[in-house]
Amino acid sequence: MPEETIATFTVRSLRILDERGKADEALMPPLSEADIRQMYELLVLTRTYDERALALQREGRIGTYPPVKGQEAVQVGSACALFPTDWVVPSFREMGVHFTLGYPLDLMFRYWAGDERGLVTPANLNILPICVSVGTHIPHAVGIAMAAKYRRDPVAVVAYFGDGATSKGDFHEGFNMAGVFQLPVVFICQNNQWAISIPLKGQTASRTLAQKAIAYGFDGVQVDGNDVFAVYRATKDAVEKARSGGGPTFIECLTYRVADHTTSDDASRYRSPEEVAAWREKDPILRLERYMSGRGLWDEGYGAEVKRKATRAVDEAVKAMESAAPPEPGEMFEHVSATLGQRQEKQRFVDHPPAPS
Amino acid sequence: MPEMTYRDAINLALKEEMRRDPSIVVLGEDVALYEGSFKVTRGLLAEFGEERVKDTPISENTIIGVSVGAAMGGLRPVAELMTVNFALLAMDQIVNHMAKIRSMFGGQTYLPITVRAPGGGGSQLAAQHSQSLETYFMHCPGIYVAMPATPADAKGLLKSCIRDNNPVMFLEHELLYNSKGEVPEDPEFLVPLGKAAVMREGKDLTIVAYSRMSVLALQAAAELEKDGISCEVVDLRTLNPLDTETFIASARRTGRAVVVEECWRTAGLGSDIAFRIHEACFDTLLAPVRRVSGLDVPMPYSRKLEKLCIPQVETITAAVKEVLSEKY
Repeated sequence: MPEETIATFTVRSLRILDERGKADEALMPPLSEADIRQMYELLVLTRTYDERALALQREGRIGTYPPVKGQEAVQVGSACALFPTDWVVPSFREMGVHFTLGYPLDLMFRYWAGDERGLVTPANLNILPICVSVGTHIPHAVGIAMAAKYRRDPVAVVAYFGDGATSKGDFHEGFNMAGVFQLPVVFICQNNQWAISIPLKGQTASRTLAQKAIAYGFDGVQVDGNDVFAVYRATKDAVEKARSGGGPTFIECLTYRVADHTTSDDASRYRSPEEVAAWREKDPILRLERYMSGRGLWDEGYGAEVKRKATRAVDEAVKAMESAAPPEPGEMFEHVSATLGQRQEKQRFVDHPPAPS
Repeated sequence: MPEMTYRDAINLALKEEMRRDPSIVVLGEDVALYEGSFKVTRGLLAEFGEERVKDTPISENTIIGVSVGAAMGGLRPVAELMTVNFALLAMDQIVNHMAKIRSMFGGQTYLPITVRAPGGGGSQLAAQHSQSLETYFMHCPGIYVAMPATPADAKGLLKSCIRDNNPVMFLEHELLYNSKGEVPEDPEFLVPLGKAAVMREGKDLTIVAYSRMSVLALQAAAELEKDGISCEVVDLRTLNPLDTETFIASARRTGRAVVVEECWRTAGLGSDIAFRIHEACFDTLLAPVRRVSGLDVPMPYSRKLEKLCIPQVETITAAVKEVLSEKY
């Protein structure tokens, strides 16, 4: 038998809005002016929260914080495509997803200030608590999707992670199982080019991350992650496919971590100011403003009003965070297991008795 | 009561629970068509179909991770790890996620997961496939650890584990699969978690053991009776929750104790059991508590050497006699 090619693969890349704010109308998803304004307001809210969180950390009012700056479009764009019944399985740098879906800002501040009660998701939201361990929540998303499929529940499960997570066993095992069982799960990678100090080329020799899905038997698509419309469209297609039994999709969103990895990091030690400056030009909010301005949906007055509104919401959330009472010692035993062991009982009630009320 | 093997008792528990509750699914490597490496899942695929009995790829960490997700999604997964040795590949999901998520998530979700894993030495499977890792799991808050010694307990404990909302490591002993015993037929027969069993009453000394070590302890007690020594045997049944009251009350009564563990001696769970007895019974003990443990070496492949590494009936009887001797 002569040698022959038995399989070839292609990876699609999607961009709708270019850096000058010009949209490809043929690819533009159906979004009303109100939808677009809402996306813009959520982008600004996310950035406003993020800038304040950074300032609060510097003032010692919250703990270590991972800035979102530059990645807002991936988060807002994808979350806008979800139904309230869909599940979100986040890592730790997707606050824009949370806020788009209505997660209270003050709860999120409380979490970053070291109060785990901030992770207690309001009952109307299907968002799992933040996962700080890299990529370990990918199997959880696959498991939730397995349960949804078993229960004939027509929902999509959306897991978020970064480029660094694609090197983890959890990513490969989770992708493999999602493919084998054809589960309703959408994997969204915020490829922000850096995993702390390791650039993408130190993470993988693959030309794209999207192509990794092909090996596991499902579609991988790359999108411009600073283009809120492209992210929205790709996510909408993927969640609709998942909900209707079409199986998993992997969306690689090309974006950039403009700020440090966390407040414990100093990115200037390992990357050039020129590189950062070039990405600042591709800023997702700036890009949307240019587009909206061209359509008469944005001017400086509106921009300033949106910023003022976001600042007010953030101000109130900071106040609520700082007025929350600290947890009682007994609370750490509350959900360890249904039955406490003899030692845990002693630790809880004898060594750390509840304060007299 | 019918007599059945430890293997069949576990199999029956799985079937009864799956019949009772459609949210129970079984997943693992070779659990469906092949019916498990130790044939514990025999007949499950035929009765419950592939939606509920799932063969997975060889991905131990993700078998547990997917079980965590499926539990959050409303199912009650029973995951099989082909042997407990492979739990080492899944330790991140077991320790960092399965054990902690309910607590870290502020009680928003239960994780009703049972992880079944056969283990223990004595089958000449060498260093990487003969381990007794129970101490690893017992050390970690948030997971229960059940280790039945008899077919009846295997059935009753597994059913309790599956019905419990906590994640549980259900550790089966490979050398017990063919052991036989009477098993209640009642599908509501349950053995509660956190209740030790006094397998044999005695007055001179208390032997505390679990899993196959309890079976050996019973044999040792029968041998010692011939020499006029009366041993009480306490089978822990679950390591977490740990029923400290039963073995402490027994040691207080007899004044002497030997703890038998199959795991490595250094920092093994027997040291904690012995410490608890010393702490609670210091004034009434007639002799220090003695431990019989596995040797602190990787398990040798040689049958002769392997036997030296695992507690035997003779090592238990020797330890009991030493504790009872004047000079100890």
